[in-house]
Amino acid sequence: MCTNLHGVNNELILSDTFPNKLSEFNFFIDNSAQVPHDKVVPYELISTLFSDYSYKQRWVYVPINQKATYYKESSVFDFPVGSALIKTFYYPIDERDPRQGMNLLETRLLLRKESGWEAVSYAWNDEQNEAFKKIAGKTINVSWINFFGEEQDVRYRVPNVNQCKECHAADDMITPIGPKARNINKDFKYDDGEFNQLNYWMTKQIIDSYPLDLVSPVDWSDESQNINDRVRSYLDVNCGHCHSPKGNANSTGLYLHLDETRDIHLGVYKKPVATGRGSGGLKYSIVPGKPEESILLHRMISLDPGVMMPESGRALSHKEAVEMVRDWILLLKE
Amino acid sequence: MKNISCKFLVFVFFLSLSISGKDILIEPGPNAHERLQEAMILINEGDTLIIESGYYEFEDGLSLDVDGVTVVGRGMKETILDFKNQQSGAQGFLVTSNGVTLKDFSILDAKGDALKVIGAKGISMINLRTEWTGGPKSTNGAYGFYPVESEDVLIDGCVAIGASDAGIYVGQSKNIIVRNSIAQYNVAGIEIENSYYADVYDNLASHNTGGILIFDLPDLPQQGGHHIRVFDNESINNDTDNFAPEGNIVGEVPRGTGIIIMANSNVEVFNNLMSGNGTVNLSIVSYSDETDDPNYYPHPRGIQVHNNTYGPSGFDPDVGTGDLAKALFEISDGNMPDIFWDGVVPMSQMLFGQPKDEKLVMVEGEEVSFLTISPIKYMLGISSPIRTDKSEFKGVINPLEPININGI
Repeated sequence: MCTNLHGVNNELILSDTFPNKLSEFNFFIDNSAQVPHDKVVPYELISTLFSDYSYKQRWVYVPINQKATYYKESSVFDFPVGSALIKTFYYPIDERDPRQGMNLLETRLLLRKESGWEAVSYAWNDEQNEAFKKIAGKTINVSWINFFGEEQDVRYRVPNVNQCKECHAADDMITPIGPKARNINKDFKYDDGEFNQLNYWMTKQIIDSYPLDLVSPVDWSDESQNINDRVRSYLDVNCGHCHSPKGNANSTGLYLHLDETRDIHLGVYKKPVATGRGSGGLKYSIVPGKPEESILLHRMISLDPGVMMPESGRALSHKEAVEMVRDWILLLKE
Repeated sequence: MKNISCKFLVFVFFLSLSISGKDILIEPGPNAHERLQEAMILINEGDTLIIESGYYEFEDGLSLDVDGVTVVGRGMKETILDFKNQQSGAQGFLVTSNGVTLKDFSILDAKGDALKVIGAKGISMINLRTEWTGGPKSTNGAYGFYPVESEDVLIDGCVAIGASDAGIYVGQSKNIIVRNSIAQYNVAGIEIENSYYADVYDNLASHNTGGILIFDLPDLPQQGGHHIRVFDNESINNDTDNFAPEGNIVGEVPRGTGIIIMANSNVEVFNNLMSGNGTVNLSIVSYSDETDDPNYYPHPRGIQVHNNTYGPSGFDPDVGTGDLAKALFEISDGNMPDIFWDGVVPMSQMLFGQPKDEKLVMVEGEEVSFLTISPIKYMLGISSPIRTDKSEFKGVINPLEPININGI
């Protein structure tokens, strides 16, 4: 076990360049086991982006004596300079048996520098004891055993810096997506007990405040919730960062973020604009009651890079979500 | 005095450094994708990335997001970026930064669009080729050249072949020049859509389904396309069956159309050669599908057509694709005109006439045939709604201002 008892390297977070090795930041006291430094606090989101069934562990780091501030329900916290958001992607060796361990793929960092946020990813080596900076991304052919005992193979892509921006850019500035107050308003099992994450972040002095009347998105996988809320929550986090009036895909006129209310812009009887063969020969993004005639579902199912949505970060089809969206379109009335 | 000139020289030295930048060379060989992509991320403003002659086969898309750089190959036949085995990325090459020049290379068989440029201020595409090498197929990518939401767009000396939508497509952009380029075997050769201020000239559009399209569509962030000049082009022998996947607007374009103007304002079409187009050489139409968009104007207005040359057309109308050819064939009783205007205007204009500056103006030779429909007569059914006399559309041409991109 490689242990590290020094604090997080604040200077490296602020530096103009990224170090070659992830371990240089000292976010973890044990790299391989992903045991974080005690100022690096794990968290979970209510609603998450699908990334080829990979698992994600998230941590937040805010420099000592500073706090992130809350300003708007629909925005992420305003993190102070020197903060870091850390996310490790991995597959369990066997989903049925966590004791077999995990296969670390990459650790993505969002670092809050003086000039704003910057994104970078580190890909784990075969020995699983170090991750190395990958500016141009990387292909990892990996497999795991799923809950049904089936071996799953995927051509997993570590994104390059430009691809990070495809999702994380708003008005041409990189911005975090996940840590909005409403999206972390849930309980988490910490080493010292189970607490609401917002309360815990207050106690740990990561944030200065949060509102008490938050309306949180539903967990799309929670079948006890209303299907419309589940689908809108799923589309928001998986599509809405590009498909919104300020996102990368605004030229399409298809807007799938949570705040959109106009049927035509949500895709109902909306014709494709510059879709090309992405349309699959279908006429509308969504035809109420007819999932098999809806381009949106066709592009969620497809594995063809010229057709599939999202454009990056997916090589497999998300079966559970496809079924949910199919059911939802079936229930939509003309 | 000496001191000042010394400082000045140092200043000039650094200035020249920052302007000229450095050259970065990429050669074929192992890990070419990673080397090229990494170079395009680490490149600095003012630098030039040179892609050496050779054949580069890529499994993933490329992207560039650094302002003020040049990416140059050794020629469109020498530097080949081949994407036929592409596994990821919605386009071959994506550019999202400003002031970029791309020159002298080819992008082949991308799974989606070949070259997409989003939100750039200043993008020059010079002597590039995008091609799907298996001929016209609905499984080809949608666009060859695809700048969107961009400003100061130059496409010069390019070649676009085999796109299942448009070979050269400029969408929701401003200040555009498309010239000296060749578009063949695409559904649409050259398409300017929802865009402002464009010059399209000295191009050859042939063997497409439709040669040159000037379109405007509803429900989009930028609409109200206007001030487009289409001149000195050859739009000839557009004879490829429409192979666009259904659902796309160009899927409705009939085989054998030279130039179509739909729902744009202030378009000047002059000195073009339109010939060998089996359905119709020039068509001026409204957007005919339903829309609830209150900000959208579906009719062409301020269209000026003059001094064009018209060869044979209408000899093989594609009545099986969309409504245009079928309707025109029926209305004309098979006597297909060189120029067609659907005549559709807002109700108020049907009753009280069009404002002068919105009227169609045509100054063409006597031999050029024309057909339009009077919608009010059509609806009332009192007399023939067809008009074929060009003389009532004669008028004085008010030339539109040329487009100027930083002196180009």
